[in-house]
Amino acid sequence: MTQTVAPPSVSSSSSSSVAASSATTQPLLKINEVDFAYGARQTLFGVNMGIAQREVTAFIGPSGCGKSTLLRCINRINDMIEGARITKGNITLGNVDINHPDLDVIALRRKVGMVFQKYNPFPRSIFENVAYGLEVAGMKNKKVIAETVERSLRSATLWEEVKDRLHESALGLSGGQQQRLCIARTLSVRPEVVLMDEPCAALDPIATAKIEELIHQLKKDYTIVIVTHNMEQAVRVSDKTAFFYLGKLIEFNNTMTLFSTPENEQTERYLSGRMG
Amino acid sequence: MHAPANSALLENPFAKRRSHRETYEFLVKSVLRGATYVILFATAAIFLHIIVKGSPILFQAKAPFINTEFLTKLPETLHVLEDKQGHIYKTDPKGADAIKHQLGDNLRQEKTISYSGGGILGPIVGTFLLVLVCIVVALFLGISSAIYLSEYAKPGKFIEWVRLAILNLAGVPSVVFGLFGLGVFVLAAPVFTNTPMDRALLVIPLGFTQMSFQGWDTSVLSGAFTLAFVILPVIITASEECLRAVPMGFRETSLALGATRWQTIWRSVLPFAMPGILTSSILGIARAAGETAPIMFTAALAFKDKLPWQGEAGLGGVFTESVQALPYHIYTLAARIPQNEYSERAQYGSVFVFLVLVMTLATASVLLRRKLRAKYKW
Repeated sequence: MTQTVAPPSVSSSSSSSVAASSATTQPLLKINEVDFAYGARQTLFGVNMGIAQREVTAFIGPSGCGKSTLLRCINRINDMIEGARITKGNITLGNVDINHPDLDVIALRRKVGMVFQKYNPFPRSIFENVAYGLEVAGMKNKKVIAETVERSLRSATLWEEVKDRLHESALGLSGGQQQRLCIARTLSVRPEVVLMDEPCAALDPIATAKIEELIHQLKKDYTIVIVTHNMEQAVRVSDKTAFFYLGKLIEFNNTMTLFSTPENEQTERYLSGRMG
Repeated sequence: MHAPANSALLENPFAKRRSHRETYEFLVKSVLRGATYVILFATAAIFLHIIVKGSPILFQAKAPFINTEFLTKLPETLHVLEDKQGHIYKTDPKGADAIKHQLGDNLRQEKTISYSGGGILGPIVGTFLLVLVCIVVALFLGISSAIYLSEYAKPGKFIEWVRLAILNLAGVPSVVFGLFGLGVFVLAAPVFTNTPMDRALLVIPLGFTQMSFQGWDTSVLSGAFTLAFVILPVIITASEECLRAVPMGFRETSLALGATRWQTIWRSVLPFAMPGILTSSILGIARAAGETAPIMFTAALAFKDKLPWQGEAGLGGVFTESVQALPYHIYTLAARIPQNEYSERAQYGSVFVFLVLVMTLATASVLLRRKLRAKYKW
């Protein structure tokens, strides 16, 4: 498995370092001293970090450490949960506070797409799945929709596999294909940021390798934040890695640095498997 | 092989003796099986009796094999005349006059049996209209409130009370619903009119017309609304269950793609809950079709010689006219007229037709559900 993904990982890390150096001046997403609570239970404590444009940032840490919570704050999907809110600090996307009362949350979610842990295409056709984002945005032009569907499926490296059965149910696809379809669906609305919440957790190694390869390609156009439990995956796909523990950001650094010479003792213990 | 020496009738020596626990197990199984068979027997008895007695009235040996008269004529009084030779003539009021005239002194006796002649078109049409309007009202109100409760309402004490109230509504006797319908829909519901009635509770002038709270009278609309309220608890509770069964991931995905809350519900929640909602609504609707008490104060008449659209109101009469309805017609035939061999035809015929109607309704809903489920399964 490691061998199959090794070549792209090497080739893209060189290209990403160029992109990273140009973007490090001004991070696209800034998380400023964020406290977050579900009702009375506080789950994030003073998280402070910047996420650079066109880089892959990985969130790692043991279950319940708050990494998914933070991810779900970025597109405000946590609004769905009663009593869940940021109690202190703010998150800015391109210098706009995403929790500002005047902010259009629909527009935010179009800019910040999300891929979920369990691949969950709608029980509709492949075409309808990808066209969903455009249709809810009020797009009526059939030609534009068809073009966007093709572009999105190509970006998600799924087009060749499904071009002859676009109008069949998405549930007939394999798990890996379904997850790539979900990525295509997210890309269809041209987001700037793509959030991925353990996108490979339910996939076999080969499907995982394909998704990881896809992430490398997407990095050219999108800013990606990925939550993962798989530390090798973090090494393979990400430029920067953030380690969370008990709701606190413990360490945030270049992936290579963090994994080879962790500064914090807790990070070191987690990476070596003595914790979590 | 050692054959038993002294007895040819020896029990199987390899048979395991039944233990105490096995006997107990066998007993429990028998009781459960017995209970099931009792239900099966009762159902079979009811259905067979109705089919055996009712089908000869609806079907006949010669083409078109269905007794169209029974389905296409309005109910009327049955006249039975007997002459002195013992010949019996069954006929309608007009025919009775002609035969009486013809027989002259030869007439021995004449019997009249109310509502038992003619057909049952009136009740069939009435029940159809009531059920149709009831479906629309009940599904709209029921699904709307289920969506509100499961998707929008903030969970809390108040919502728990609302749920409890809805569940309690299911326990209200149907005759109470009937009286409620009489008070609210027949006597107090608002109508738009230029000439409000004296009994109106409240009249609000709107400029071009007036809104008068004078009720909808005994009408299809009053009856259908009352029936809708009888089955609402079932529909709301079931719909809410079905909405909750739709995976949370569909909602999150849809919102994450920039859909609004309502777009999410309309495109990614409701379609997938719909097969289940329809399934459970079948039960409610079949019950609504069969209820007698809620319509007897609000919509149904024992006898009416016109179809709803033949009155003054024209086609609008399908909502505003009172009607005959099958369950109430069956009640009238069974309890309001003297019973004899001539009243059986209309009685069993009505019950049989009613049974077929309800079953058709149920079958249609099942087919619809199957079609929807094939389209939206996950």
